[in-house]
Amino acid sequence: MTATPPVLRDEEQKAGKPHEEPGSRDNSIQIWLLRLVSALIVPAVLIAFFFTFEFLQDPQINKVVQVAVAIIVGVGGVWLLYWALDRLVYALPARAGTGVRPFVFAGPALMILGFYLVYPTIDTFITSLRNARGDEFVGLDNYVRIFTESQYLVSLRNSVVWALVVPIVCVVVGLAVATLADMLPRKAENAFKSLIFLPMAVSFVGASVVFAFIYSFRVEGFGDQIGLLNAIVTAFGGSPVDWLRVPLWNNLFLMVILIWIQTGFAMVILSAAIKGVPDDIVEAARIDGANDWQVFRRITVPTIASTIVVVWTTILITTWKVYDIVAVMTGGNDGTSVVAEKMVSEFFTFRNNGVGAALAVVLLIVVLPILVINIKRFREQEAVR
Amino acid sequence: MTAVTEKPRAVALTPNGSQQPFTVGKFPVYLAILLIALAWVIPALGILVNSFRDPQAIQTSGWWTAFGDLFDASAWTLQNYSTVLDQGFANAFANSLAVTIPAVAIPITVAAFAAYAFAWMEFPGRSLMFAAVVGLMVVPLQMALIPILRIYTTFDISGSFPGLWLAHTGFGLPLAVYLLRNYMGSLPSSLIESAQIDGASHFTIFTKLILPLSMPVLAAFATLQFLWVWNDYLVALVFLGVASPQNAVLTVELANLQGQFGEGALNLLPAAAFVSMVLPLVVFFLLQRYFVRGLTAGSVKG
Repeated sequence: MTATPPVLRDEEQKAGKPHEEPGSRDNSIQIWLLRLVSALIVPAVLIAFFFTFEFLQDPQINKVVQVAVAIIVGVGGVWLLYWALDRLVYALPARAGTGVRPFVFAGPALMILGFYLVYPTIDTFITSLRNARGDEFVGLDNYVRIFTESQYLVSLRNSVVWALVVPIVCVVVGLAVATLADMLPRKAENAFKSLIFLPMAVSFVGASVVFAFIYSFRVEGFGDQIGLLNAIVTAFGGSPVDWLRVPLWNNLFLMVILIWIQTGFAMVILSAAIKGVPDDIVEAARIDGANDWQVFRRITVPTIASTIVVVWTTILITTWKVYDIVAVMTGGNDGTSVVAEKMVSEFFTFRNNGVGAALAVVLLIVVLPILVINIKRFREQEAVR
Repeated sequence: MTAVTEKPRAVALTPNGSQQPFTVGKFPVYLAILLIALAWVIPALGILVNSFRDPQAIQTSGWWTAFGDLFDASAWTLQNYSTVLDQGFANAFANSLAVTIPAVAIPITVAAFAAYAFAWMEFPGRSLMFAAVVGLMVVPLQMALIPILRIYTTFDISGSFPGLWLAHTGFGLPLAVYLLRNYMGSLPSSLIESAQIDGASHFTIFTKLILPLSMPVLAAFATLQFLWVWNDYLVALVFLGVASPQNAVLTVELANLQGQFGEGALNLLPAAAFVSMVLPLVVFFLLQRYFVRGLTAGSVKG
């Protein structure tokens, strides 16, 4: 999948220009300065244009005009800039041009990444070592609070449970759905899979509203139950339950929403993997008398094991950062708080930057091993070529 | 194609098993499929039905009771939709479009140039920088909220669309560069080499040759990024919703409405939810192929 292309060493093919030997690269200070400047120009122009023009910030202005300007500048203007910079680089001596041109192409993206992801990560880490208002260094105090005070421990506990339950349920149900769907005629299979996949198109907020009408609760005697679950409970003679306030279980009811959304993702990826299991192995097993379950258990699952791990990891990362569902459904009340939700409320409601930043760092630290594994796997793929 | 089979297979688990005829022996399979399908459909069906019911009826009875008077035209109404659109959701829909279109177009442009450089140019630190991009894919955007909002507030640009466009550009770039670079890098090098021999510059090769060939992956990323930005709640809330409510997008408006649950907003929620879902559902059905391709190729993303 990640085939690495051979590098084109021959940057200057224009007639008359001398052939550059690889290794004779110019890495002087001047070249690095040129590289930096060419990388900075596109983001600088983007920012300057978007923010110096007052009319783009005026909420009263016609949105069509705003979007049109954004597209013209953000795509057309940026395109023109890349072209102009590329022309400029041709004016440089061949050797310098070869050294600078890649940064004309890749530089702007790297600068934007640096500003929106790398710098904030460092800054958040530093903020996490300071007090609520950020004017005093407090060492690891914020982290100590997170791992000792009960309100944060509840968030941590819930996040861990989410991370344990949701990815596994999604993978298991997704695998079951993919396997079952494989037994249907083609058209029915596609319809069935589209149906399970559909919630992937829906926002977490939208999905929460959908489930609000499942979990809706009315105190007995104050009208009919309009929530499906309570209607079923009362139809069987039970008394209605305020599902989102049942201690501990309410977390599970919230997880159902994410499972409803993410199972389709697991199903689609796993279904593709199942269809890739070589036919002859399955045939051979059947000739040897293996039944369906044995084929599934001993051939299908081991063959697609690496895909299962990738799907599980991807859903794990999504689950660990879940915010919208909890914020919309319960606001983190009744013991349903999770780390990402706690972080936002510390930051915006309680104005405690230090603890908020420390919670963000906790979010990052847990995905760090995945980050390292991804990079390692990527480098191995690159080495194989 | 599988003529060697010794005995007829009761249930096919093979890649080509999809053409199996219906048989009675598969009854448990069909039952399981039916149950799962129902579990997935019923929640959504509930609010779809509710959104077309009389506001009073939504408040007082469950949506399933509506099937009792399925053919009674007076039980169904578009009133909720018109109320919801009048109460700010038409404006929010426009805001969502205004946020999403540039927030998809800008990262694609910037990422395409970078991906070409990572795929076909040599420069010091190339593999190291690309490894960093791979790493950044899983960095939670929560890490960026506090510092970026601080900068935006300092320069008084929080609450503006451009601030959100650039933030979504930054958060979408790692996946975009990764997907595009892997795709561009898998194109045959002979193509690029022969263009160079003909005297084409990198810029010409990129625009005339690589970009047109990369359309499938550009579409895949565009679909992913569209759904991501349109459905995003947190980034829009932090950078737009708090500072300027009139710029609030659909997810933020919907969440606000949900916050008033039980205070008379109940009858508006289903229609509001569907207003927010209609465009992603259309995109989903039209571009499902690209969506799946993007998900498959990018499933290391966080």
